[in-house]
Amino acid sequence: MSDDRDIKTDEVRELSRNEKWPGGRENTANILDEPRELSESLDDKTANREMFRRSRRGFLVGGAAALIGIFGWRWMPDETKYKLLRGTLEFNGWISQNLYSPKRLAPEFPPERITPERVNGMEGLGDGFDTSSWRLTVAGLSASEITLTLDDIEALPRIEMITEFKCIEGWSLIQKWTGVRFSDFVAKYGDPSRLTKYVSLITPDEAYFVGWDIQSIMHPQTLLAYELNGQPLTLEHGAPLRIASPLKYGIKQIKRIGRIEFTDDRPKDYWGEQGYDWYSGH
Amino acid sequence: MPKQLEKKHPLAIRWMHWLNFPLLAMMIWSGLLIYWANAVYSLKLFGNEFFHFFPVGFYDFLGIPFRLAEGMQLHFFFMWLFVGNGVVYVLYTIFSGEWRALVPVPSSFKRATRVALHDAHVVKELPPQGKYNDAQRIAYTLVILMGVGSVVTGLGIYKPTQLAWLTSLLGGYEWARWEHFWLMIGYVAFFVVHIIQVVIAGWANFRSMITGYDTVEAKTSEPPAPNSQGELA
Repeated sequence: MSDDRDIKTDEVRELSRNEKWPGGRENTANILDEPRELSESLDDKTANREMFRRSRRGFLVGGAAALIGIFGWRWMPDETKYKLLRGTLEFNGWISQNLYSPKRLAPEFPPERITPERVNGMEGLGDGFDTSSWRLTVAGLSASEITLTLDDIEALPRIEMITEFKCIEGWSLIQKWTGVRFSDFVAKYGDPSRLTKYVSLITPDEAYFVGWDIQSIMHPQTLLAYELNGQPLTLEHGAPLRIASPLKYGIKQIKRIGRIEFTDDRPKDYWGEQGYDWYSGH
Repeated sequence: MPKQLEKKHPLAIRWMHWLNFPLLAMMIWSGLLIYWANAVYSLKLFGNEFFHFFPVGFYDFLGIPFRLAEGMQLHFFFMWLFVGNGVVYVLYTIFSGEWRALVPVPSSFKRATRVALHDAHVVKELPPQGKYNDAQRIAYTLVILMGVGSVVTGLGIYKPTQLAWLTSLLGGYEWARWEHFWLMIGYVAFFVVHIIQVVIAGWANFRSMITGYDTVEAKTSEPPAPNSQGELA
């Protein structure tokens, strides 16, 4: 293609904008004053050549972009892809943490809305468990590690809430939880003005473990629960003590807590290690 | 026969249109990976289920089962690109004036009905139109509103405690998920109709979404000025 012709076909780009659409006020285009851009009149050959030139460029650029997109994603090393996706989850979590307010509450429901229970997730529960020998170990809250019994927990103000339990799989239940506010427990055994960034919770057999950010676990609707729907927790629901909270998915509401540790290092998290969002909440 | 080139689609619109295809595809694909973990929706008539979303063979054929974590990672990554593309598109149509070609007016519904009757081969004449006919105006505006709906219902599912007011407005957590799902089915329906219409409309129309231009027969009343024809020939 000669430079000469390039200059000439460029003139086609000069389109006039004052053409009207047919149909007058019966045409929405005229009602909304939609502009119309037409080139000057060209003979057939010039018009076809111009369209061919534009088509070729369009298909080449579009095709190249599509190939870059497809093969760029395909051939991206798994490690890079993982960093990108994981990094985005972290970024999303960071936004969510920054916009978080403990004053915003999850809805609570009347008793007639309670739905049947469902057992899901037996990690960390093993076979059988003697709840009478259970003790809760708490580290990082006060100067030294403390050991508590269920009576110690039950001595704190008793809270009932009927909230929505949401599983990360996509189903949800409305359940009545009874227990004590995690924040009340912290106030009793520690100093709420000097808190760590995270809390780690682990089952007695250490087979299941979750990490919580301090904001979410100190929320007034996050409970250390010992009753479900008016009955003491069964073993499969996490007896004798578990987390219940509408703030995070079920994967975070650890059953049968054995040890609680307050820490500034982000705790390990069972499902977080398997590709799920570490925060999984709000 | 003299022709005129007509500018149809600005470069920005063309890029955003084509980008939207893989982005929406990734949102639907990752959404399916998530939905599989609690695939509860179906079409029911008089209490009988006659289509379940989705049959087991559909999941197995596409290799969907047990990829929830991957689905969530993809969904919460591509959502930024999908929403970003949509927001830039809407802003572009507002500031460029392209909205004039895209939104309906009250009388559009009457003309859109005639377009539908024409497409069903009931009437012969198409009502007058600009770049898009009135059925297109309604469809292309509706699909943007659906996009807004997907973001709103998505947020209601994603942050049901912090945005409890929003989730409640949508009818609660489970309704929000249902609405989010049916909006996806809506995109698929839009896509199917869109493809059929593009095939029927033909090559020149398809090409205009790639080049930005189409040709129209020049108005014969004024033959091209000899000077300009001489230069261009």
